[in-house]
Amino acid sequence: MAQVKKETGSSKFSVKKLFVYLLLLFGSLASLFPFYYMFVMATRLNREINQVPPPFTPGADLVNNFLKVLDSIDFFGAMWNSFVVSFSVTIGTLFLCSLAGYTFAKLEFKGKNVLFVMILVTMMVPPQLGLIPQYYIITTLGWLNELKAVIIPGLINAFGIFWMRQYMKEGLPGEIIEAAKIDGCSNFRIYWNIAVPMTLPAFATLGIIVFMHVWNDFLWPLVVLRDPSVHTLQVALRALNDARQMDYGMIMSGTFWATVPLIIVFLLFNRLFIESLSEGAVKS
Amino acid sequence: MEKPKKTRRMSEKKSTALSAYVFISPFFILFAVFGLFPMIFSFYLSFFRWDGLAPMEFTGWRNFQFIFSDPVFYSSIKNTFLIGIMGTAPQIVAALFLAFALNSQLIRFRNTFRTMVFLPYITSIVAVAIIFGVVFNNQPFGFANYFLSLFDISPIRWNAEYWPVKIAIATMVFWRWVGYNTIIFLAGMQSIPKELYEAAKIDGATVFQQIRLITIPMLKPIIMFVVFTATIGSFQLFTEPLIFLGRGLREEGITIVAYLWRDAFIYNSFGTASAAAIVLFFIIITLTAVNLLITNRIGRSKNLG
Repeated sequence: MAQVKKETGSSKFSVKKLFVYLLLLFGSLASLFPFYYMFVMATRLNREINQVPPPFTPGADLVNNFLKVLDSIDFFGAMWNSFVVSFSVTIGTLFLCSLAGYTFAKLEFKGKNVLFVMILVTMMVPPQLGLIPQYYIITTLGWLNELKAVIIPGLINAFGIFWMRQYMKEGLPGEIIEAAKIDGCSNFRIYWNIAVPMTLPAFATLGIIVFMHVWNDFLWPLVVLRDPSVHTLQVALRALNDARQMDYGMIMSGTFWATVPLIIVFLLFNRLFIESLSEGAVKS
Repeated sequence: MEKPKKTRRMSEKKSTALSAYVFISPFFILFAVFGLFPMIFSFYLSFFRWDGLAPMEFTGWRNFQFIFSDPVFYSSIKNTFLIGIMGTAPQIVAALFLAFALNSQLIRFRNTFRTMVFLPYITSIVAVAIIFGVVFNNQPFGFANYFLSLFDISPIRWNAEYWPVKIAIATMVFWRWVGYNTIIFLAGMQSIPKELYEAAKIDGATVFQQIRLITIPMLKPIIMFVVFTATIGSFQLFTEPLIFLGRGLREEGITIVAYLWRDAFIYNSFGTASAAAIVLFFIIITLTAVNLLITNRIGRSKNLG
């Protein structure tokens, strides 16, 4: 540890160090440039963007462009829809996955292993295979253009069950559960009063992953949420981009303001965020 | 009165099993309705002609004959493969280098760099495709064309020419995913014992020797995982071509999922769309099998060694 500290803190120049810094600097700039470019265009009028050379510094029309966005799509309505869908799916998934994860981790029943393998197998099947019949089911149920068409199927999450089971297996001592059983607690009470409070970090992790996925999801909402009043942000952005008259300043403004909330949330929780995702991937 | 008594007498084991089934049933019920049934129904539907409204009409293999005689369908398969390789292979190499740099003991601001590299991943694919749609604009003011003009290269029609379309879409895939894979590789690298590197340093190994002889072999399972998810992921490419090319989805850039989406929801030809979905299914199953085979073989050789 001492050696590590010395090396990190040392300001001695070395070619190796320069190379590492250059690589990271280049990588970071390549990551950030499109964001900057989006911001620049969100502050410019279309005729400025259409000039050669294009502008590379922010202009004065940030508000102006956003007002144009509000004229062409119901931006805040779409944001609200995105929020409702993402929030409901996240809460529902956390409940169902933790309950199932607890069951597979701690309860004994016939067919446990077979059922668990079945859940894992469902992860391998490409979701697009059932796209058309899924659409047919949604129409038959009369859920077309209703947010529940995205929320209810979104609750299926095999990865979440797998994830919660791993966590509950490692994070829940058997003795506590045994003690609660002797005290006469029902299985659901044990889950709700003991398992859930003891595994809250796993909830945070899975919650972040699910929320981000649902917020950014596009294909399925595009198929079942057709009316502009139920558009999520992603579908609304696509509508904005599809308009016959290409006003890049306006399109970029919409994209910018749709991206900003997620960036803020990400920067606030960035450590938790990154660790969740890498942990999730490495585990599976 | 009989029944409650029986329930009370039911052994603890039985009641536990009963609650277990209740607890896991939501997944299986939802999956049966919105997952399993649609999959099976896809196979059924691929043998029917159906426009979504009129009654379905049995047509045998006609849908498959139709898509296999459609040059655009072949293009969509080829495009998916090409864009997948172009977007994935450089991405994995770049991610490995970035992860190695982030894992270096020499640097400060590690967390800041990590955050910046990761930022593209949280952006929605729609936003990515819209931003890069302007970067790869056909007009001289598009960033890519402006950049090329500095080298006296005349403007490229990015969304209409064979390779430019693929380069543009592959760039979007590359940009959004490289940070994600970097983080995963980094997590893997951090689990490699430091003593290995120290021993190598004492033996006078260069950085590149360290990467080749320690990092890559130790990371093999994670690299396999990333290659696997990236391959499957590239077969689901849809958003980028749709946003970049518009609903016209030119032949130069259409992917399999975009093809089946257009058949179903623009042309109302649900039968041929289902047939395309079935073909996609078999391609992915084949790739999965190949992947498992390779993974197993590597695992076995490690055991023997």
